[in-house]
This record gives sequence, C-alpha cells and structure tokens, in this order.
Amino acid sequence: MAKFNMAKTKVPMPEQDPDVRNKNFDEVSLGYTLEMAKEEASRCVQCKNKPCVSGCPVGVKIPEFIHLILEDDLDGAYRKIAETNNLPAICGRVCPQEVQCEGKCTRGIKDEPVGIGRLERFVADYRNNKKYNKPVEITSINKKVAVVGAGPSGLSAAADLAKRGYSVVMFDAFHTAGGVLMYGIPEFRLPKKLVQKELKNVIGLGVKLQTNTIVGRTIYIKDLFDQGFEAIYLSTGAGLPRFLGIPGENLNGVYSANEFLTRMNLMKAYKFPEYDTAVHIGKKVCVVGGGNVAMDAARSAKRMGADVTVVYRRSFEEMPARIEESHHAREEGIKFMNLHNPVEIIGENGWVKKVKLEKMELGEPDSSGRRRPVATGEFEESEFESVIIAIGQSPNPLIKNTNSDIDTESWGGIIIDDRTMTTKEAVFAGGDAVSGAATVILAMGAGKKAAENIDKYLSEKDK
Amino acid sequence: MARIIEKTNLNDNTIKFVVKAPAIAKKALPGQFIILRLDEKGERVPFTISSTDDENVTIIVQIVGGTTMRMNALKAGDGFLDFVGPLGKPTELDYLKGKNVCVVGGGLGTAIAYPQAKYLHEIGANVDVIMGFKNKDIIILEDELKASSDNLYITTDDGSYGRQGFVTQVLGDLIKEGKKYDHVLTIGPAIMMKNVVNVTKPHDIPTTVSMNSIMVDGTGMCGCCRLTVGGEMKFACVDGPDFDGFLVDFDEAMNRSRNYATEEREHICKLTGEVRNG
Repeated sequence: MAKFNMAKTKVPMPEQDPDVRNKNFDEVSLGYTLEMAKEEASRCVQCKNKPCVSGCPVGVKIPEFIHLILEDDLDGAYRKIAETNNLPAICGRVCPQEVQCEGKCTRGIKDEPVGIGRLERFVADYRNNKKYNKPVEITSINKKVAVVGAGPSGLSAAADLAKRGYSVVMFDAFHTAGGVLMYGIPEFRLPKKLVQKELKNVIGLGVKLQTNTIVGRTIYIKDLFDQGFEAIYLSTGAGLPRFLGIPGENLNGVYSANEFLTRMNLMKAYKFPEYDTAVHIGKKVCVVGGGNVAMDAARSAKRMGADVTVVYRRSFEEMPARIEESHHAREEGIKFMNLHNPVEIIGENGWVKKVKLEKMELGEPDSSGRRRPVATGEFEESEFESVIIAIGQSPNPLIKNTNSDIDTESWGGIIIDDRTMTTKEAVFAGGDAVSGAATVILAMGAGKKAAENIDKYLSEKDK
Repeated sequence: MARIIEKTNLNDNTIKFVVKAPAIAKKALPGQFIILRLDEKGERVPFTISSTDDENVTIIVQIVGGTTMRMNALKAGDGFLDFVGPLGKPTELDYLKGKNVCVVGGGLGTAIAYPQAKYLHEIGANVDVIMGFKNKDIIILEDELKASSDNLYITTDDGSYGRQGFVTQVLGDLIKEGKKYDHVLTIGPAIMMKNVVNVTKPHDIPTTVSMNSIMVDGTGMCGCCRLTVGGEMKFACVDGPDFDGFLVDFDEAMNRSRNYATEEREHICKLTGEVRNG
C-alpha cells in the first residue's frame, strides 16, 4: 500500500495577485505544476465506495485518473477522463466542485477534500499543450444527427454521437461556437483560446460546425429532416435575460448581464477601439444578483476601472455563485451590499443617476431551501452610473415560437420524456433549454444522456 | 464568408451591396433584417433586407460611422466574415390586400420601405408612397418605388426636388384632401416616425412603425434593443422590428439610440484621424 499524503488542506494553486489581476483580463488561477499535481494526487486515499464519482454529473472515473497522475501516466489519465468527459479543461475550471465531486470526497469529512477540479484541469491542460494528439479511431455508421446550439450541452452530445459513428452537424446562431463558454464566462476565468482548443478536439472527432445559422429563422426543423437528419438534439440554452420589471430599467447605462458580458467576452469590447464593439461603463457600477453571472459581470466591470458593488437580496450565505468566485470577487475589491433589493432606477437626462434600494431581512426557507428575502419597507438611495442586471435567464423562445408541436413549460423550458425526447418525434432536448439556467457540467451531462438516447432510438428504429 | 457580388454607390453616403447568401435569400420576407460582421475585430451591425433573388440578398447602407465607412472601402469580390439572418418578424402585410395603404419612408428608410411597398403592390393593395430626403442628391430607389406604387410623392427638406418640406406635411395634406387610408406603414428616423404617428393618430389610422434600435446579437439574448410598447418591455430584434406606432414610447427609444454616441465618435476619429462632431 502506497503512503498517502494526509495534509489537511489542498496544495494551494498559484494565482495572480488580486491587486494586479483586477486590472487585467488574464486568467486568475495559474494551474498546478507536475510536482504540485502529484502532491495533491497523493491526498486521494483511493477509497472503495468512490463517493466523488457519484457526485460528478458525467461520472468521471476520478480515483482512477488520479492514480494515473501518480504513475506519471498523464496521457493515460487524460484518456480515463475523456472516457466520460468531453471538455475537461473547461469543467476543471468552472464546475462548482464544492457541491459536486469534491462535496462528496471522503477526505472532505475531516479536512479539505481532494482538489479534483484542479487535477482534472492539470491533466487536460497537459494534453491540450501537446503538439500532436493521436486522432481517435471511429467507425462511421452513416446516419445524420443535427445538434442545434453549440454550447456545452450540444458540444458534449455531438462528441459522444461522433464517437458512436454518427455524422453530426452542429448549428449555432452566433459567429463562434461555444455558447456561454464564449459569450458568458470571462477570459480571466476561462481563456477563450482554451475553449477553442476544446472545440477543436470535438471537431477532430469528425463533427461539422455551421455557424451563423439560426434554427427557426435561417433553417427550420422541418428542413433538417428534409435534409436527411434522422434525429435532432435541441441544446439552445437559456439565453433570454430576465429584467427586474421596475421603473427606469430602460435608461441608458442599464445592461442585462448577457449584453454586458457578450460585448466584453465575445466582442472584446474591453479592447475598444482596437475591436469595434464598445461598452459604456461608468465609474460606479451596481450589479444586481448573486450568481456566477453576477460575479463575472462585477469582476469584468472592475477590470474596466469601475468601483463595483454587488447588490443581492439575500445574505452572503445564500449566494448561488461558486464559492471560489465570490471569494475572488471580494479579494479583487468588489463591494457587497447584501439584503438589499432595487425598487427603482432613477435617471437624469436619460442616463442612470441613482438606484433606490429596499432593505430586506430573511424569512422562512422557500422551495429552493434558501431563506426567503422579506421586504422591510425601509428604503435608501445610492448613486450609480451603470446598472448590470444578473438575476437569471430563461430559455430562448424561438424554438417554441416556430414549432407549435414542441411543448414547453409555462416558464419556457422544453418538455422531454424519460428518453429525453420532446413532444415531437425524433427531436430530443437537454441542457438549460430544458432545465432553465444551470451549470456547464449539468448541461454536458444532459448532452451525454441525450446522445445515449438518440443512439438507442435510432438503433431500435432500424430493427 | 459571404461574398459581395455587386457594390454600387447610390450617392455620396449610400451604398448598395448585393451579397451571396442563398440560405437567407430563400427564407427572407419583407420587414426582416440581417446582422453582419466585417472581420475578426468587427462589431455586429443590423441592416434591413432591401430585396432578394434566388441566391442573393441586397442591403442598402448609409455611411454614418466606423463600420459603414469601412464597408465603403470594400468592393465586389470581397466578403463579409459573418452574415446571419433573416432576423426579426416579417411585416404582416397579407391582410392589407385590396386596402388603401400609405407607405411613408425617410432617407435610408426608403430602402426598408421598398420591399414592403413592392409586396403590397403585388398582392393588390392600393399603395401610395411618400418618400422624404434632405435634398435631391440623396434620393434613392425612385424608379423602383414608382413601379411599386399607385402614387409616389417625393419631398425634399430644401425643395430641391419634388415637394418642399417633410413627409408628415404631405401625409397631412393628402388626408386633408380626402384620401382615406386604411393603414400607414412608416420607416425612418425615430423622430420622423413619431411625427407620422402624430398625424395619423387623430384620424385613427392604424400605423405600423419599424424600430431601428441598437443591437448586438439580434436573436433575443441580450435586450440591448429593448423598448417600451404599450407599457411592456419588448425586444425589437425578436418581437419586432415592427410595432403599433400608437403604443411605442418614442422618446425613450430616441434616448436609447444615443447610448453609444461618444464611443461612435471616438471610433470615427480613429479611422479618419480627424475630429467629427456629428
């Protein structure tokens, strides 16, 4: 039996200094060296019941890949991860590990859990930095499947279908594939070059990509069947921004987080005027919300030189953001105004001037298990020049509006059965389009499951 | 890459591009638009589809800022890196068959009004067209619109061609003279559309306006193009661009169109190396 490293805490990950990084868009976390990775890998006690695996939405064989790191077999470790995960360099960075794999880790009962995300990231980065990667051998089965939306869920489904021999075409409305990985999550958390590398890995499996194609406008679902696609996977995400529904929301200086982040990440507005797209961010910025999107917006605005305050209607404990992100945000000098809820945005000459906030207190837990914010009737006003609204997104209604035979929930989510099929034959759906805005890894898990179901459906159809 | 088949300068600041985009050409209907991006560093800019044939999409572009200035430097054979569409809801026109319709366009709005007038004329509506321009040098599509209307009225602000004055004046005069319109469609600067509504509303003539908000994605995912219609928040790119003119908050829409005025000037300065104040 090998000796385990019984250190109570994770091997720290090198990071850019908060005061340096809040002025640039380079990646905050720098990743492990081989020595650090091996030291951390030896904290895994290779327990028999493997609770970590059950905590991973795509069931990565965690103890096995960690063991291969210790054996210096990094290629083997990558292959082990890739058996179930198509985008490991991304998951290792953006998964909320504290409520998934690491939340279940045996070492986490007494000490800090094993840094599974960091190790997955290390292995994926090692592989992506290699000059030559052996192509995967695939036997083609000459059947066409269309994937609508090339975000994490679509990419995952496309990769799994391609590995099973299907001829897959991904359609994306934007000029670049990647969905939220490209337009939503900022460069300093998920470098776009890396997303493109992972995308290349998927394309390398023989998947075709057609950008600038909006299903429901440029091409309809009916056309796809006419073109010989035998099944369709809808992974159109939850890109419709929610607004607060309060007076002043259409003043200049008010952004949805989607608009602000799309301008910043996809269009590189932080490099204006080298890039053509502009963004107009004032000196004092208010970000409304407490999720990852709010943290991303706040930290991006900070990097544009603004004084940023996050306004959230519950307390710090209830914030749905990944712990590492809210922690990073605090380190970078973002202010938090918890238990406050905006009730009006007040303008001057058409521009944001002030935000009127109501103080909140915590009541009984609601259906999400979090304590419900209750209005106190006490108000205050705070001066801001910009407001970014990050209170969630709903599924894009375009598919619903152009396909009366695909049923949706009242809030927009596409309804699927236990085969992940929609109410339209041979049309499957998954990811945020079904669940509403969730996480990258849950969307990938849904894509994986759909690929399995599509394969089963098409194989049985032939019999 | 969408190849430019033909580029024609209609006048000093208006360009017509015929772009090869068969998938879009096949699906486009009057009232819809495309979004294009010039190159890797380009912004996404919306342009209304002026006409289509089997293979190609025609757009008419006014040179107003950085991107359109750079578009003017392109020639046939060059291409746009990204060209996506058709976007927006098509204008509902079929129910106007046999009705008396007035199409009112201002400046570049003429290019947008043209496919609507043409379609209405083809389905058998009685179509009057009123087109307004600053002066006679910037008049576009006169022959095309003459062929697609029963009566064509052209106005110029300075009287250098046609009637002198604004389109609203002609519209008001025609109504006063006893013309009975069942519907008015208007496309142009927000201030012009607001004034057209001020003419039609007292006579209770239903009026459709085509809003030209600032856009990013054009697919309903950011809300940059939002406006207030009948007290509700709408996105011009997916709920429009056409709306009931009686219900649109034009003052708010005009304010929102000034959101990036400072940055646009900076952008033009970078390209021209000179200071512009317009």
